[in-house]
Amino acid sequence: MFTEFYYYLKNFGVPVSFNEWQDLMEALDQGMAGSSLTGFYYLCRALLVKTEAHYDRFDLAFASYFQDIEAVEGLPEKIWEWLNREVPPLEVTEAMRRNHQQLDIEEMKRMLAERLAEQTEQHHGGNRWVGTGGTSPFGHSGYHPGGIRIGGDTRSLYAVKVAGMRRFQEFRTDETLGVRQFQLALRKLRQFTTRLDGAREELDLEGTIDQTCQNAGRLELKWARPRVNSMKVMLLMDAGGSMWPYTRLCNQLFTAVHKSSHFKDLKVFYFHNCIYDWLYNDPSCSQRDYTDTEYILRTCDSNYRVIIVGDASMGYAELMRPGGIIDWDLDNDRAGIEWLRRLRQHFEYSVWLNPIPARYWDRMEGAFTIGAIRTVFPMEELTVEGLERSIRKLKSRSRAGEESKLVY
Amino acid sequence: MATKMAQYKGSAQYIVSDELRNSVNIAIALGKPLLIKGEPGTGKTMLAQSIAEALDKQLIIWNIKSTTKAQEGLYVYDTVQRLYDSQFQDHDVSNIKQYIKHGKLGEAFRSHDQVVLLIDEIDKADLEFPNDLLWELDQMSYYIPETKETITARTRPIVIITSNAEKELPDAFLRRCIFHYIAFPEPDEMERIIRVHHPNLDKRLLEQAMETFYMLRNLNNIQKKPSTSELIDWLQALVVGGISPSKIKQDMPFLGVLLKKNEDLDLLLNGLQAKTQNRSKPRSSMWGR
Repeated sequence: MFTEFYYYLKNFGVPVSFNEWQDLMEALDQGMAGSSLTGFYYLCRALLVKTEAHYDRFDLAFASYFQDIEAVEGLPEKIWEWLNREVPPLEVTEAMRRNHQQLDIEEMKRMLAERLAEQTEQHHGGNRWVGTGGTSPFGHSGYHPGGIRIGGDTRSLYAVKVAGMRRFQEFRTDETLGVRQFQLALRKLRQFTTRLDGAREELDLEGTIDQTCQNAGRLELKWARPRVNSMKVMLLMDAGGSMWPYTRLCNQLFTAVHKSSHFKDLKVFYFHNCIYDWLYNDPSCSQRDYTDTEYILRTCDSNYRVIIVGDASMGYAELMRPGGIIDWDLDNDRAGIEWLRRLRQHFEYSVWLNPIPARYWDRMEGAFTIGAIRTVFPMEELTVEGLERSIRKLKSRSRAGEESKLVY
Repeated sequence: MATKMAQYKGSAQYIVSDELRNSVNIAIALGKPLLIKGEPGTGKTMLAQSIAEALDKQLIIWNIKSTTKAQEGLYVYDTVQRLYDSQFQDHDVSNIKQYIKHGKLGEAFRSHDQVVLLIDEIDKADLEFPNDLLWELDQMSYYIPETKETITARTRPIVIITSNAEKELPDAFLRRCIFHYIAFPEPDEMERIIRVHHPNLDKRLLEQAMETFYMLRNLNNIQKKPSTSELIDWLQALVVGGISPSKIKQDMPFLGVLLKKNEDLDLLLNGLQAKTQNRSKPRSSMWGR
């Protein structure tokens, strides 16, 4: 029953497990949906969705699954007349619900056509003919999970309306939220030294008390190895003019990274459009205050997790040609892409966060350079979900350009 | 098969939405823990109290702190006490049972009647904490190796768990819960909530205050949105201060009760200034923290 809905939810990205589905079936057996689609909606949501971030996906899935199909082509005028009658509300029992198997839409359209051919009179109530009330899959004001509604007011479909309102849209994590959500995502970026290596230098108080008591009062000290976060992070941010629209977003990420005090080391550098021989120490990209990229490559070990934030959109020459740098008074011997490749080669744990939504990457002005950079760094969009995905990538060595292969 | 379970219908002191009431009843009927999330001040903790009151059951509260271990909720074997006792020899230390101290969860399991167990702010604890309770919450029983005893719940307690989303809870744990997110109350619902706390409030005062409150909440860029409990405190302050309703929107007295962050206060003042002088705010520095 409703098995298709289960896969529907999965397709919409709601992670439903079989156990939860079983619970739902049990709850339905106990009649907890209150014989209404609205009750069913809340029951499903309470049992199947475990974070408000997925409420919106659930709403979408629900709305599209239980969506009423407004018009069936070639419906005789007479049928509309029959359907325009009002009927008293229908009590739906468990048994009735169980009797209804899920029909697919093609099948149903076919059956509807057949029945229209057979049916010659008005029909209200009952479970087969097209009419109002009853439990036939065709008609309105009746009840059939996933039937075709033909005209009439939505009654059971109230839930679909509720779902259609998408009240929980703002909780989607693939929308940008704020500093706190970024912080939460960053918290996942930690790597504790194991309790297996290092010196035992921390007094294990509980172990000591335990052991002493086991020894009936003869003191025995226990030592443990401390666990510390060994994660080192380097943040490289584009401070170029094209980043202005994303100031607030980048600001939030920046604040979140700074507030996350659990990193062993945090380095922040800035660049203008692309990375060349030097990285600036402050966002104004003043040419007096910089660090050589070469120096960073030499002194920072490859355990640094490198997060690059930039729109990756620039002129062709800026990325691909020596001397292509955007600043008039500067010159670069190596092309930007070469520097990026060197960085990537050294820092295996690195990721590029792009504030431009991923759906525009192929269509923007900077599509070429975005594509080229994606062959070097794994790229994610700068949203909470994107950050979470990149953090997973930062935990293990991941290959760039898995999604896009670009030949140039 | 449906045995008639106790149905929660809300209580006089606590306004409950239909959705939430549904979720509570589903959790009670299925005997599963109910996980409640929501903005601070939406009455997550109050819910358990209300359920206990409405169903006339004892409420056991287990407050979770960052140092709380799952084991503490079950039982603690007080070895130190036993050691002391053995030195003074005025107790029979061979009876280990008397050194087993049951925790809140143990207390709930051992109770004769069904109780309401509130596990408050589960996200405060260590990441592994919820995982350590999986079996116990699923089976409602645990084993004490020291005394070779198994404690099983006589009646499954109604378990309410609250979370402020400071940490992501493990999937395995979530699968075993009923989940409900308390959305922030709409104005008319808010009015009913306030009526519970301030039954004799002047209508105009309430109107003006609510308008200001929702205006503040809808400000962009605000870091800590004022919550229900802050609105209730603010109304109290307005009443005690004898502020006339017509002044509320203009002067916004006692604003500190609603906005707790300097940045938010600045933001509001800047916004008001910009509005009165009719010019846009200068762009703030790009990387300012």
